[in-house]
Amino acid sequence: MVNRQVIGAHYGLRDWLLQRVTAVVMVVYTVGLVAALLLAHNAGYEGWKSLMGYTWMRVLSTVTILALLLHAWVGIRDIWMDYVQPVGIRLTLHVLTILWLIGSFVYGITVVWGV
Amino acid sequence: MQNAVQKPRPKHLDLPKIKLPVPGFVSILHRVSGAVMFLAIPLMIWLLAGSISSQAKFDSYRAFVAFPLVKLALIGMLWAFLHHTCAGIRFLLLDVHVGIELGAARASAKAVLVVSLLLTVIIGGALW
Repeated sequence: MVNRQVIGAHYGLRDWLLQRVTAVVMVVYTVGLVAALLLAHNAGYEGWKSLMGYTWMRVLSTVTILALLLHAWVGIRDIWMDYVQPVGIRLTLHVLTILWLIGSFVYGITVVWGV
Repeated sequence: MQNAVQKPRPKHLDLPKIKLPVPGFVSILHRVSGAVMFLAIPLMIWLLAGSISSQAKFDSYRAFVAFPLVKLALIGMLWAFLHHTCAGIRFLLLDVHVGIELGAARASAKAVLVVSLLLTVIIGGALW
């Protein structure tokens, strides 16, 4: 019998699941994109631009970028939690990571939607 | 259990002296490749932006990624992506208890290393 006290903030399972679900989203998007590139390997610039310009493609790209950033957040946060013990430095690194990811998200969205 | 806890343990872990088993090696490379890709996110979006903005920029970006050093860095990123993806798929399978026996786990760890390196050589070679 395992008889243990469960303590903590209880976000472990949620983040664990989030990391896996977002991973699957990214793999599906990548496989689809690579398949499209292989099917139209000599389409050049015009083909690439029109593929990335469809609204459904922009929606899929947006969802995938969101998945990437959530995935990266859980992973990078785990790295800081494992290796950086002083709370102040760790908190700073967490904040910088979040800013880096939000900045990347905004940049990615402007690119995907061609703003 | 009591005995296991009282066993003398190394108090100072000497990194160069630690010899990781193959699954441990795959695991730390999974972490390293993830961190590298995290840092490269803006660069990747920048390359995507250039590739879809205009014909002239598309051509100038093609010229940029044609520099051998840039190409080498991108092939490094390709390996990071492939290793991270292969190792990630292995971890997902381990999560659902596929191949958790010691022998199978070691074999799949070796497979991850070999397959991601092979794919890097094949895809990188084709794109070079």
